[in-house]
Amino acid sequence: MAAVLTRDIIKKFADVSAVDGITLTVPDGEFMVLLGPSGCGKTTFLRIICGLEKQTSGDLLIDGNVVNDMPPRARGVAMMFQSYGLYPHYTVRNNIAFPLRTQGVSRAEIAKKVEWASRLLGIERLLDRRPRQLSGGERQRVALARALVREPTVLLLDEPLSNLDAKLRASARQDIKHFQQRVGVTTIYVTHDQVEAMGMGDRIAVIEQGRVRQVGTPMEIYNDPADRFVATFVGTPPMNLLSRDGKYLGFRPENFLPSDMIDDGDGGIAEFSFRVDRSEYLGSERIVYGVIEGFDAHVVTAKLPPAHVAEESIRPGEWHPFGVRRSALRYFDQDGKRVVRQ
Amino acid sequence: MVDIAEPVAARPARRFRFLLDRPDVLGAVFVAPAILYVLLLVGVPFLLAVYYSVSAYTIYDPSWRFVGLTNFAQVLRNPVFIETLGNTFLFTFASQLLGLILGKFGALLLLRPFPGRRIVRALIILPWAVPIALASVAWEWMFDSLYSVINWTLIAAGIIERSNAPNWLGNPHLAMLCVVVVNAWRFFPFAIVIFLAGITAVPQDVIDAATVDGAGFWRRNYQIIIPMTLPIVAVGLIFGIVFTFTDLSVVYLLTNGGPVNATSVLGFQGFQVGIVSGDVAHGAAISLFMLPVLLLVVAGMLRFIRRREI
Repeated sequence: MAAVLTRDIIKKFADVSAVDGITLTVPDGEFMVLLGPSGCGKTTFLRIICGLEKQTSGDLLIDGNVVNDMPPRARGVAMMFQSYGLYPHYTVRNNIAFPLRTQGVSRAEIAKKVEWASRLLGIERLLDRRPRQLSGGERQRVALARALVREPTVLLLDEPLSNLDAKLRASARQDIKHFQQRVGVTTIYVTHDQVEAMGMGDRIAVIEQGRVRQVGTPMEIYNDPADRFVATFVGTPPMNLLSRDGKYLGFRPENFLPSDMIDDGDGGIAEFSFRVDRSEYLGSERIVYGVIEGFDAHVVTAKLPPAHVAEESIRPGEWHPFGVRRSALRYFDQDGKRVVRQ
Repeated sequence: MVDIAEPVAARPARRFRFLLDRPDVLGAVFVAPAILYVLLLVGVPFLLAVYYSVSAYTIYDPSWRFVGLTNFAQVLRNPVFIETLGNTFLFTFASQLLGLILGKFGALLLLRPFPGRRIVRALIILPWAVPIALASVAWEWMFDSLYSVINWTLIAAGIIERSNAPNWLGNPHLAMLCVVVVNAWRFFPFAIVIFLAGITAVPQDVIDAATVDGAGFWRRNYQIIIPMTLPIVAVGLIFGIVFTFTDLSVVYLLTNGGPVNATSVLGFQGFQVGIVSGDVAHGAAISLFMLPVLLLVVAGMLRFIRRREI
């Protein structure tokens, strides 16, 4: 187990920078999530860490050692791929044993460790099957067992849940987090799914166009986004942004409520006149779309608890007094950077 | 009530109008030429050969007298035939093995991007595309006892003396080596294509996973890539074995079976006895010895492929 440190990593393919100067510290045992849209360079960054790609410039340190020129097998990292990359001609047992065999571990030791890993993931009864005889969820567990079996310095996961159906994904999310905590291995997890990122990460690094936009705990990312990209990328529906004079005012849809439902805390309330255009009933919440008087005709969303707001009280076309607590307002300058305003 | 439509007199449907729209009929029409081709040009001669082999048919005495298995017994008692049978196995398996090794390395080289790769890929197909009669002339010259370019090179490099330069086609063992090398040279572009197809079909994720799991080049090659390409390579190998086992062109053109039957193979022997000497019955018997061997090889390979299916 080890800490991972990257210093200004740059990776260029021809003239295009896939990774454009990422500096990141992942302390020992942390679960770090790299979150970003497709094509933002997060997978390339992961492949640089495990040694499948070589960075154009920048330093990579694992456990305090510079590993820039080390081949993948000398880095001691394990990686789980999006399509799992199981060896189809081997049984599950041999799949899990493969990383140990490459290191020349003794037969008895291999048997013991395979036993340990398969018990940890509850796949003992699958050991003599081949990958094609397994379901998607079982394959995912086998891939995880293969990654964990040699107790890697760092565990890298590249969108490991994207091939599972929605229901399985929720339970697999719990499982991965659970195993990571039990084994205590430093983990870097790549995803474009913010639910996975928020639910699993000790910290999240939001990446866009090869650059880190913000690193922080899920709560920091959600409540105090560093810029407009993070504010609109994280959260469904995303943060509302109102522009005036090139500057931006942001607030989360769940903080935008009918005025009579807000008890004004310490800082008071910012009031707006909100025209409802349409609403969606989603069971646990009601999403209302509309525009705010005095701002550009930009769609603003409000997330309301349906138990408290009856459908007939907000009809399309009506104007309602809505408000946001001042403490929940966020300000961004012309460049989209967060500014603190008193 | 109003009539909405005039009743129309039912026209008699034409029975064969849409005959070609029926998949079963159309399929039969399309497949028929291939089946006829096989039946007339392979099936009939094969049955004819079976009959010849149990008759006393020669071109001087074209009688259809049935003699039972006498021809086979006589062939088996002939030491030249036994040597030929051994040569055929040696020739087939040695040239296939050499071709596969060359093919594997060629494929690995051609997978890497380098300037001019497309030209090299096109050139490498040449041995396969050049007519074997032409290629054999070139090879014959290279192996010539006096003017061998190979010997000239070896002498110039100081590796051998002019006085004891090898007589490639004159020495029984070297002659066998020559026909094996030429046949492998003919076969290896095919092996490259087969290996390229197999290797590109291995998912990149699997190779990456092996790399991260600590496998270096050789382990990746022998424990992941080769086992995963084995089914497709086995199919290529079946073709190679069947074609080589029945082939006589390289032997006929390069050594004419010599020296003293050292490179004679079944196809060549059958041709010599049956066509050149006119003893059709014994020629057919010799050729039919290929059948059980090839049947066994093909059945064994197909079983192997089914077992290895992934």
